[in-house]
Amino acid sequence: MKETVLGEPTLTGIVFFLLFVSATLYITYWAAKRTRTTAEFYAAGRSITGLQNGLALAGDYMSAASFLGIAGLVSLKGYDGLIYAVGWLVGWPIVTFLIAEPLRNLGKYTFADVVAYRLKQRPIRTAAATGALITVLLYLIAQMVGAGSLIKLMFGLPYELAIIIVGCLMIAYVLFGGMLATTWVQIIKACLLLGGATILVFLTLYKFGFNYVALFTDVTTKYGDKFVQPGGLIKNPIDAISLGIALMFGTAGLPHILMRFYTVPDAKEARKSVFYATGFIGYFYILTFIIGFGAAALVGHEIISKIDKGGNMAAPLLAEALGGEIFLGFLAAVAFATILAVVAGLTLAGASAVSHDIYVGVIKRGKADEKQEVKAAKISTLCLGLLAIILGIIFKGQNVAFMVGLAFAVAASANFPALFMSIFWKKFTTQGAIWSIYTGLFLSVILIILSPTVWVDILKNAQPIFPLKNPGIVSFFGSFIVGIIVSLATKEKEAEVKFETEKIRSYLGIGAE
Amino acid sequence: MKKEILESSEFKKLLKSKNSISLILTLLELILYFGFVLLIAYNKEFLSQKFYGPVTVGIPIGIGVIVLSWVLTGIYVLWSNKVYDERVTKIKEKLGGE
Repeated sequence: MKETVLGEPTLTGIVFFLLFVSATLYITYWAAKRTRTTAEFYAAGRSITGLQNGLALAGDYMSAASFLGIAGLVSLKGYDGLIYAVGWLVGWPIVTFLIAEPLRNLGKYTFADVVAYRLKQRPIRTAAATGALITVLLYLIAQMVGAGSLIKLMFGLPYELAIIIVGCLMIAYVLFGGMLATTWVQIIKACLLLGGATILVFLTLYKFGFNYVALFTDVTTKYGDKFVQPGGLIKNPIDAISLGIALMFGTAGLPHILMRFYTVPDAKEARKSVFYATGFIGYFYILTFIIGFGAAALVGHEIISKIDKGGNMAAPLLAEALGGEIFLGFLAAVAFATILAVVAGLTLAGASAVSHDIYVGVIKRGKADEKQEVKAAKISTLCLGLLAIILGIIFKGQNVAFMVGLAFAVAASANFPALFMSIFWKKFTTQGAIWSIYTGLFLSVILIILSPTVWVDILKNAQPIFPLKNPGIVSFFGSFIVGIIVSLATKEKEAEVKFETEKIRSYLGIGAE
Repeated sequence: MKKEILESSEFKKLLKSKNSISLILTLLELILYFGFVLLIAYNKEFLSQKFYGPVTVGIPIGIGVIVLSWVLTGIYVLWSNKVYDERVTKIKEKLGGE
């Protein structure tokens, strides 16, 4: 008997996949008729409710890599996988307490709107859009390469074909349906993913008579007590803190996440939506942890690592073991939906940085009519989508895992400090913001190249020049320190005056768009 | 009119309470997460202790960090919905009344 039908296109897998694609394309068709103005294209006409946006935020954030990757990590390394999962959640409270409401009140479509609110528009928009674009591109490459390999593993489709299918669907959603279609793709994906993971956990616990202790006993009998103890993931505390800073503040600086706050009508809904999102994401990571243990107990290390060394197929294998080919097909289609929702959100965020910040804000000096801007946004979407397909194919077989870490480091060091200081610090100046953004960007990129992650693992040098795996701790504080020093050296009277009046909009929502 | 709001004691109080809540909750979250990371780095033995059957202390603590993070956002949203929004409405009403 064969161990698994994984890697072959199964009938149920194809049926679920086609169902998802036709449903989402129908939504795109429906959304296209409601996507004419810029507010509709970038922000779904600000018509999304707090709960809907909470689901969409979760759908935007929970990537296939985190679902399959964390379940796999837990299944092979046990407790260390939980440590890793926790890091992915802790940025959300920061978004709630510091960013969501002022962002919603002060901005229009992008986070650069907020950074530039009381500073000089053109240089700030150039810098902030650069930070946004680099974050989006790094994340997008990692997602595309991951998508190609995952679809190949699950459906047996050739890598390039998988990338082209993902790329074309993503372009179709964003180009025709804008934020409205993207939001609904993310909502559907979040429901499917949360539902699928819940069923998987339910079936796992059912096997153990709904007794957690029986599950843990089974796992520790097979793999020893080490499996439920912290192992080798955190060796160097500074390394762990550095990664923690990147994950925590990077979440609060991800352009595709921040952009979602403009889709709700006001700051109150924005704040509610992060609460829902944090709940959904936290619940999901707890499920992922149990799925990993279930896979270790019911599938076993031998088969998991035989199919994929990193353990990425642990969750699908568990689904097959518990619910047969039908459940496997369902879960494979869910993983596919997961990929699409994330890349669509990224593409829209990248396109808005190009069209809203660079084209309208910098080139047209803020003077473009609705039609021109929507057209620019659609052209940017198309170009970015094609670029994502090309990069996905170019990076085939490359080790791109570091790109997600780098994307978070850039978001935490280039995007977050400027956004934070612009909202909260009166004496922040245009020059301070520019220096802060480019310092964060430069330090993240240079240091990760010199770090063990790239210098040793990819470039095969014997010793790293920079000792930490993630540059977060240096680039994050570096960006703040440089931003503060330069701001203090370049007084900007106008920005200080505007800071006072800005408070009325930021705290009371008066004049918010 | 804008000047009046900015200089009113209600508005100043509003800002102060909002900023302190945000700051305190942010600090709690930082302590919660980085405390967890440092605990793993410096006291693996504590987390490796048996807690209930084969379940180690580290498992409820790890899941606890996730749940508590969510509870903190809940506290913030509850406070904002109950207290903050009401104060904002009052300030806005005063504005409309004058």
